[in-house]
Amino acid sequence: MAQTRYPKTPREEQPEASPATSPDERIDSAETGARGPFSRRQFLRGSAAAGAASAGLLSGILDDAEAQDEPGVAGPGAVDMAFKINGKAYVATLEPRVTLLDALRNHLDLTGAKKVCDRGTCGACTVLLNGDPVYACSVLAIEAQGSEVTTVEGIGSPANMHPIQQAFVDHDAQQCGFCTPGFVVASAALLNRHPNPDQDTVHRELGGNLCRCGTYAGIRAAVAQAAGGGTTNG
Amino acid sequence: MRAFEYSSPRTAEDAIRMLSAEGAVALAGGTDLLSLMKDGAAAPSRLVNLKAIPDLTGAHETDGGLHIGATTRLGPLGEHRVIRESFPAVAQAIAGVRSRQVLSMRTVGGDLLQRPRCWYFRAGFGLVPMHDGQSMAKTGDNRYHAIFGNAGDAVFVNPSSLAPPLIALGASATVLGPDGERTVRVEDLYRTPASSDESEFTLGAAEIVTGVTIPMRSSRNATYEIRNRKGFDWPLAAASVAASDGGARVVLGHAAPTPWMSAAAAGALAGGISEASAEAAGDAAVADAAALSGNGYKIQLARVAVKRAALAAM
Repeated sequence: MAQTRYPKTPREEQPEASPATSPDERIDSAETGARGPFSRRQFLRGSAAAGAASAGLLSGILDDAEAQDEPGVAGPGAVDMAFKINGKAYVATLEPRVTLLDALRNHLDLTGAKKVCDRGTCGACTVLLNGDPVYACSVLAIEAQGSEVTTVEGIGSPANMHPIQQAFVDHDAQQCGFCTPGFVVASAALLNRHPNPDQDTVHRELGGNLCRCGTYAGIRAAVAQAAGGGTTNG
Repeated sequence: MRAFEYSSPRTAEDAIRMLSAEGAVALAGGTDLLSLMKDGAAAPSRLVNLKAIPDLTGAHETDGGLHIGATTRLGPLGEHRVIRESFPAVAQAIAGVRSRQVLSMRTVGGDLLQRPRCWYFRAGFGLVPMHDGQSMAKTGDNRYHAIFGNAGDAVFVNPSSLAPPLIALGASATVLGPDGERTVRVEDLYRTPASSDESEFTLGAAEIVTGVTIPMRSSRNATYEIRNRKGFDWPLAAASVAASDGGARVVLGHAAPTPWMSAAAAGALAGGISEASAEAAGDAAVADAAALSGNGYKIQLARVAVKRAALAAM
């Protein structure tokens, strides 16, 4: 029934893929009235895409729908998508069912985020979406359009490591290393929210990440070093 | 995951129209739904994203109380001034979701309407899994299953973090559907299905929860959860208590197929919260609990959760 009322958006009518840039201030003012030291805007300051701090997850398809003055439907076949990842623009043609994690790893050559549980439990796929840590396995790629995505590749590079990455090296805070990118991203987000976290805060804020090798003590020490709080273990 | 259509309307009314299609399901934070789809426990033909609807997000004070939009994320909500100052039961329940990632993603509506964690359900056997006329959960491994409301074949537990505190605080939910908007008590969102063909929610076709409102009644309130591990996991038992001059409300989570309101425990707190009445409330709460073959330990946990929630509210 609704398929006839709301026909699929013809592929050829889709606009040039470009991230939507309408800032949605409502979520900042209404939802994050007491957000603490971390702010999404602060995170994005200095970024070329500061105007893309969109809480509404907008897409080219939606822009098209708005032009038609009725909601559009994408898929189930592949549709053009545009992403802003680590400050760079990416485009891909993907089915709506593709998760952000699979888009990053299988289509955009960004394999830092790891696929472990694929059920929003282990944290190995953690990326930042507009500065907030999320499980990329539980976000659809099509939803992530219009948001600023930061993967571990965007946190730092081997030649120019983020302090938390250097701290992971200094404290040997990994064994097999497969959970490490997720921990690095979650730790970077933790330090954005809490520049000088106490141990309870570190436990709590990293509760969404699992390390089956059990290198938690090293990870906590790495966070402490990156926070400037010393280098003691535990 | 089966292929599906995707739509992201800007208004709630458009969302209702998009949801009127056969097989359409609303998508909020995605922390539960996408996992269900990967497991084959859900196979919608269309997802309707609710997060791009500005009217559904954010919290603000109204004459009726604190209104919280359905797609407001748990993390920011837990830091909201009114929640921290007046409704610690909600703030404590949110703090119990010990994953910053989930707090960044999960929405109020999605938390209230998340599907049970029952492993039979997640494995595709349905909410009321039956085999040869017997409940698979009752004859099988039911260590995390219901200790109340389990006389029938449905023995899963409601997994919501927010339902116990919101019900204890007397919150209402606004529901929008093809026939317009209606307001229901949060507890009335839930039902116990007789078979796997039935839903555990009372929402009609193409209806969505657009928000909840917590009345600004002064109360001493708290939530206490008992869990296996400090990291991200669902509690084994939880209780929320709200007590005011007009009486008390006690709601248990992870105890029954619905959030479980205990009139007996509330009665024990009617004269005020003290060490003795908190203890009595815990005893009263579990007086009619019934263990399955493998979950007797949960009765003691529920008793302690009620007692400690009451003491935390004192």
